[in-house]
Amino acid sequence: MTELKNIRNFSIVAHIDHGKSTLADRLIQHTGALEDREMKQQVLDSMDIERERGITIKAQTVRLEYRAKDGEIYVLNLMDTPGHVDFAYEVSRCLSACEGSLLVVDASQGVEAQTLANVYQAIENDHDIVPVLNKIDLPAAEPERVRTQIEDVIGIDASEAIECSAKSGIGIEEVLDGIVERLPAPEGDPNAPLKAMLVDSWYDSYLGVMVLVRVIDGTIKKGQTIKMLAADSEHKIDRVGVFTPKGVMVPELGPGEVGFITASIKEVADTHVGDTITDIKVPCKEALPGFQPSRSVVFCGLFPADTSEYEALKEALAKLRLNDASFEFETESSTALGFGFRCGFLGMLHLEIIQERINREFDIELITTSPSVIYHIYMKNGERVELHNPADMPDVTKIDRIEEPWIDATILVPDEHLGTVLKLCEDKRGIQEDLTYVGARAMLKYKLPLNEVVYDFYDRLKSVSRGYASFDYELRGYEESDLVKMSILVNAEPVDALSMLVHRTQADSRGRALCERLKDLIPRQLFKIPIQAAIGGKVIARETISAMRKDVTAKCYGGDITRKKKLLEKQKKGKAKMRMYGKVEIPHSAFIAALKMREN
Amino acid sequence: MPALTPNNLPALKGSDYKGPAAIYVHWPFCQKKCPYCDFNSHVRDHVSHETWRNALVQEIETMATKFPNLSAKSIFFGGGTPSLMEPETVYVVIEAIQKHWAPNRGIEITLEANPSSVEASRFQAYKQAGVNRLSVGIQSLRDDALKFLGRLHNAGEALKALEVARNNFDRVSFDLIYARPQQSLTDWETELKEALAFDPTHLSLYQLTIEEGTAFYHQFHRGKFTLPDEDEAAELYGLTQQLTEAKGLPAYETSNHAAAGEESQHNLCYWQGGYYVGIGPGAHGRLPAQDHGSAYAHAQIKRPEDWMKAVEANGTGLETLEYVDAEDRAVEALMMGLRLRDGVDIAAWEQRFGYPANQIINNTELLNMKTDGFITDRSDKLQLSAKGRPLLNYILQKLVT
Repeated sequence: MTELKNIRNFSIVAHIDHGKSTLADRLIQHTGALEDREMKQQVLDSMDIERERGITIKAQTVRLEYRAKDGEIYVLNLMDTPGHVDFAYEVSRCLSACEGSLLVVDASQGVEAQTLANVYQAIENDHDIVPVLNKIDLPAAEPERVRTQIEDVIGIDASEAIECSAKSGIGIEEVLDGIVERLPAPEGDPNAPLKAMLVDSWYDSYLGVMVLVRVIDGTIKKGQTIKMLAADSEHKIDRVGVFTPKGVMVPELGPGEVGFITASIKEVADTHVGDTITDIKVPCKEALPGFQPSRSVVFCGLFPADTSEYEALKEALAKLRLNDASFEFETESSTALGFGFRCGFLGMLHLEIIQERINREFDIELITTSPSVIYHIYMKNGERVELHNPADMPDVTKIDRIEEPWIDATILVPDEHLGTVLKLCEDKRGIQEDLTYVGARAMLKYKLPLNEVVYDFYDRLKSVSRGYASFDYELRGYEESDLVKMSILVNAEPVDALSMLVHRTQADSRGRALCERLKDLIPRQLFKIPIQAAIGGKVIARETISAMRKDVTAKCYGGDITRKKKLLEKQKKGKAKMRMYGKVEIPHSAFIAALKMREN
Repeated sequence: MPALTPNNLPALKGSDYKGPAAIYVHWPFCQKKCPYCDFNSHVRDHVSHETWRNALVQEIETMATKFPNLSAKSIFFGGGTPSLMEPETVYVVIEAIQKHWAPNRGIEITLEANPSSVEASRFQAYKQAGVNRLSVGIQSLRDDALKFLGRLHNAGEALKALEVARNNFDRVSFDLIYARPQQSLTDWETELKEALAFDPTHLSLYQLTIEEGTAFYHQFHRGKFTLPDEDEAAELYGLTQQLTEAKGLPAYETSNHAAAGEESQHNLCYWQGGYYVGIGPGAHGRLPAQDHGSAYAHAQIKRPEDWMKAVEANGTGLETLEYVDAEDRAVEALMMGLRLRDGVDIAAWEQRFGYPANQIINNTELLNMKTDGFITDRSDKLQLSAKGRPLLNYILQKLVT
């Protein structure tokens, strides 16, 4: 058990790409927690997908031991958090387990949208904050300007910001000393009854469910029987350990310490993040405030491209959910796509990650339907319906009004791209709330409808600003809106998988774009195929696929029939991937492409 | 895979089949490789005609020992460029074939020829060697198009060669390639009318297609040129049918046109699902097997030197020999047979392969396509309508279960 005064619990807040994971790597390396040969980039990001994309999805912790200038050994618990807005809930629970934060800002790029969102969260959690200017050795680094920015925009003292370069290993010791000297030690009473916070839990194939805890008061040790207050469950602890970052068993954890326990818990779902853990015999008096459970904000249908893979997809989703309780799924059936699942996610990045993991880890090709937010539908009879699948839209004549979710968005953009970004926000029905300047960059505050954001806002923003705009948001609330259900009809038959709820003002352009795209994606067939977008009975856009006119091999090669037969086999194999829609064959690749959120 | 030799060939049951077969002989050499061609053709500085002569004869003898009871109903010299063969070789090969496989009465012996002046000078000698039908690879009557197609002759030479051919042979056919880059309907109309003015009795009119492994394939995919799109290609095809029919040369097959009775008997054998023997590098064949309706598919080694080595060692350059069961044969016969304007006689087809038609053909699709007019409304035969013919690949894929 480490003395309280020698413990520092901290997290690192930063915008994506500002070097958070590299700095974490360097701190681990400098304190000798890992041998050089054990080091790899982004040590704490254990998923392949995290390393490839350079993002952190799952929070990780590591316990470092550092001999400070005063000659004493300090235990530094780093809680690495995801930076993306989708995982904001995960950030917030990690922050609540720490007393301080390093605010890492790229010295050449300055403050970005995610810097703001994350640092405000740290401030809300009463954190002491040590600003760190990273990438100080880049020729474009402007530490003075960035220091002023931090003071102006965030409003914290940056005069003693630590300058470092995680990549080149400059200033790492200063950062470690900063943590020891400028962040507070945790408080707690070793003699009080056990009170610990359940920070996170996940499934480990060797050890079963692992629970990450932060001890507030008392001690937690092997053999102890604990009670989880919110879950109202009892467990006997069979392991207590810390991550260095390798898992190492310890006899016990005392106040202020962070580590893991295992206690023969069957499922991750049996644990509640933010729950209070105490001793069954000597319980603490008061429970911790706890967290709101995470809620899905984006929904879509996931269907196996090959209908025979339905069971495999079901298993894949169940397996992923073992470790990620933040997404939900239920069965859904579509006339166009067959059997699949309606899934809820924390946001678009979360959706993409799950989709990619299913594809990569389970080798299942997916068709993903248009993402939808949750609409509140108030019926004339006073009932309120939560709708996230256009297919479930109630009879419009019985609807009194529909409300949609809005967000408060913060966008930082260099002046030269301001015009196009403003136009994008206006096109997306945004309402400007503020426009200020952070150095040469504009800081925009916009109120935006979430459904526009999940459609293609982020990709469009990147493209119109050539990647220079940064964006973050938080949910604001629901407001009434003029939304309509737009159906797509192929050869006069509605294709359920392609219907969507859109704002009336967007229906025309969205409908036209989708019809045009489908015209290119559905191959010609023996007859003309009309493609229409309609609201109720009113057609708002129309395209026609002409009948096929020529498809014959001109020359038949001598007697090489085998080759011709292979062509036929190939065509027939292609046919297996077709979905019949009335008389029309639609290749599943057309669904994938039509529903692709990214527009090129 | 080790070369197949006559000794390790699987027991060829059915080799006692008595009946007609078409004999294909492949001459694999060209002066220059054409950018659109993906046939088995090779450019070599020196070819020992005597060695090749002997090897072709050797292979004929070997195949004949395995299938001694076939009778030759046609011989076709293809390539490559068979008009680079010495007439002596053509003569010896024809003799060898007729010695081992009794020729049918009125046997058709075709040779494919390039219309260069050097080659035209040999036409008469080919006639004396036994050839009775010449197929001239004119390809275009436009010099710029011939240049684009990588041909070594110009339009003037082509016309002269055609004249020489007609002076020597009763039966002459020639090839044209259309649907070329930037070729307009009017361009093609003028060119085809010029061709028809020669009163041919047989014509092969192919739309230019881009095949993998050719020079055009790479150029096309790098955007060096574009081809008419589907609608333009369909217009060009339609115009071709219209002009040839008016001239009494309707398409009896997708790309082949003939006056009545002038059809290529050799090619009809492929399209009607008959038996044929392939001699020479890269040649293919379909040989009789014992079980009702089944066959052996064989293919010879493609590279000339490797084929030659195998013939010298084993008597044949056989590379693959696969058993094709009756069901596969039935599908093949449909695939090929529907290329013909006449279509496929259902009763004969069922009888020959021993499968009821509805076991191979999707009846719902068939009825739909009859209703929609892509297939003619006949119960005795399966036949594409004029509207269906240019859509054969798509129709087949829907039709074959």
